[in-house]
Amino acid sequence: MTVHALPLKSPTSIPAAEFQTPSTLTLAIENMHCGGCLKSVERAAMAVPGVTGARASLAAKRVTVSYDAKLAGEADLIAALEQAGFAAAPINLTAPSTDNERQSYLLRRVAVAGFAAMNIMLLSVSVWAGSAGDMDQSVKVLFWWLSALIALPTVVYAGQPFFSSALSALSGRRLNMDVPISLAIILATAMSVYQTIRIDDQVYYDAAVSLLFLLLIGRFLDESLRVRARGEAQNLLSLQRGIATVVGDDGLPRLMPAHALQTGDRVLIASGERVPADGTVIQGTGEVDQSLISGETAPVSVTPGSPLYAGTLNLAQPLKMVVTAADSATLLAEIGRLMQAAEQGKAHYRKLADRAAQIYAPAVHILGALTFAGWMIAGASWQTALTYAIAVLIITCPCALALAVPAVQIAAASRLFRQGIIVKAPDGLERAAEIDMVVFDKTGTLTLGRPELLDANVIPEHVLRAAASLAASSKHPYAKALVAAATLRLRTVAAADNVVETPGLGLERKTKDGVERLGSAEWCGVKTAGGGSEVWYRKNNDAAISFRFADALRSDAPSVAASLKRQGYALALLSGDRPLVVETIAAEVGIDNWMAGLKPADKIAWLDARAREGHKVLMVGDGLNDAPALAAAHASLSPATAADISQRAADFVFQGSKLAPLLEAISTSKRTRSMALQNFAVAFVYNIICVPLAMAGFVTPLIAAIVMATSSILVTANAMRLAWVGKP
Amino acid sequence: MTALAWLIPVALFLGGLGLVAFLWALRSGQFEDLEGASYRALEDEPPEPK
Repeated sequence: MTVHALPLKSPTSIPAAEFQTPSTLTLAIENMHCGGCLKSVERAAMAVPGVTGARASLAAKRVTVSYDAKLAGEADLIAALEQAGFAAAPINLTAPSTDNERQSYLLRRVAVAGFAAMNIMLLSVSVWAGSAGDMDQSVKVLFWWLSALIALPTVVYAGQPFFSSALSALSGRRLNMDVPISLAIILATAMSVYQTIRIDDQVYYDAAVSLLFLLLIGRFLDESLRVRARGEAQNLLSLQRGIATVVGDDGLPRLMPAHALQTGDRVLIASGERVPADGTVIQGTGEVDQSLISGETAPVSVTPGSPLYAGTLNLAQPLKMVVTAADSATLLAEIGRLMQAAEQGKAHYRKLADRAAQIYAPAVHILGALTFAGWMIAGASWQTALTYAIAVLIITCPCALALAVPAVQIAAASRLFRQGIIVKAPDGLERAAEIDMVVFDKTGTLTLGRPELLDANVIPEHVLRAAASLAASSKHPYAKALVAAATLRLRTVAAADNVVETPGLGLERKTKDGVERLGSAEWCGVKTAGGGSEVWYRKNNDAAISFRFADALRSDAPSVAASLKRQGYALALLSGDRPLVVETIAAEVGIDNWMAGLKPADKIAWLDARAREGHKVLMVGDGLNDAPALAAAHASLSPATAADISQRAADFVFQGSKLAPLLEAISTSKRTRSMALQNFAVAFVYNIICVPLAMAGFVTPLIAAIVMATSSILVTANAMRLAWVGKP
Repeated sequence: MTALAWLIPVALFLGGLGLVAFLWALRSGQFEDLEGASYRALEDEPPEPK
């Protein structure tokens, strides 16, 4: 990011109310990693005149600033943070605040249920101990009433998440696991109150509240993972916007958040900046990196009248453009919508736990009802029959479903995180375990997405040195690649003075020895029909020397492809590039099935066709043009260098220049699934042993709750193995 | 047995105190950034006046 040395006008013209309540603002901070950064961010924000408070959160990678809207504006804050070295972007806070509310909603209930469970247990233990000793009947009743006093408000308050979920399931004529949970808790509590009034045994406040406590813990863990993934996705999306420099009617430049741009605004785009909205160039010529939109690394020349797309990168001269489509109307936003549409298809995916619940929930109810009916027929009192039925409901309580699957997923996510893979969607782990086909994008996925100089060791050293010293002053990707290759071979490259860059053509330097030129064939007076991927160097009238560039393959791409083939996955390569280039790369990597010249919609159509054939596809891609395909595929992976929107669409994001994380993501996903199934099996064995005992009346609700808790701990411990085993 | 008359209220009161303290901490945002808090403890500067 560049530092803006432009005069800042305060206040800016942006009404603060447009985003949220005036005078507080939450910004996503891109590169805040340590305690030092935390402090720098807060200090930078506090230094802005009018700011009254700044609190950064390292976990959320955000800072919340309160300020006086008369003295400071959004753009001032962003500029100040950028000056301090942090990319910042305002976040639209509607969704995350509901996420945070939901999380503290659950946490409050965990706390209340925990408090109640401990106190009731204290009273219950006294009663059990007392019934074997000399406890007075009146004291026992007092303890029951005390338990009731604690349990009733707790059940009403802490049970809400289960009751409301069960109610919404029932009103939709479905059964979910919250139905038997709610039933067991309500029945156990109601019967206990009845028995307390009648001063009779079979009082089970302890069972009801402990059950609630344990289940809430599982619910909270599950929610935390989801909230974190969602928050990260939202930060990414906010950060892709940034700020724009608008030239006002008075001719003065002014900073403005990109989302507030309007059609007709004139915007200055400095060299190295991203284009903030779709528009048309009105002044300046230069080159633009459109790889975000087209997936291709070769820069595109622009002159007045050329279209510019939001998110593309200005490589050379400063450009001035007039906005033709802002914010939600940009091509970027359009691709975002295409992606959302594709995601809806995925929403139909039924999670493992839900599928299990579908079979499990009716079985639980039937068993409970059979127990009650059986004991009534056998002549037991209705209290006894109901107690046994409650014990069955508690025993069969779906801990493996409520706790074990989230626990396995959290363990898997932390294992992958240590290896540079971020799990964005928890159910992505389940979906990635089912795939049978891997589809790659070319640029930026199989390749590194940046050009590299070919035959760097064949070019004469003095030529390389001279060309690189010219190139050092340019931001063009080929120039950068040339300098990188020269630095690797020659150790140091000195930048030459007085280099003049003509956008779209090349570089020139006039010295007393003559004229040196580096650039296109035309620029150097060479008549060739070579492809676009080359640059020429010419000194005076010597023969021109060519430098050829190619997008380098990720070093382990062929071995990863071979290993995937060995494991029986079908491979395919989908690219928007020219057939010739795609064929070469496909051959190098060892992929037989390739398609070239595809548009985003073509990729989706291709994926749909595979889905109809019954294939489950893992899509690996990075470009903005891949985003819809990433969303449409059964599971998806994208490198951390990818367009932000693609990272948002992907289930996994991996870091580094190797492709190997792909293998790790697949194998961990598979292990996650087998762990989850193991946990189901553990729970199943528990049920097989305990349900007949409970139906036969050997298990009281309290023992049932304890047994259930043991099985919870067992499945959680099993899940943790995934995090520890094979630590890198 | 008269011990119970004051022991139980005391036990409940103390437990309740813990619960209230937790809920207060939750409400005042002390659980919002568990990662950052570990760094803030090591800061030398005095906290900014509110």
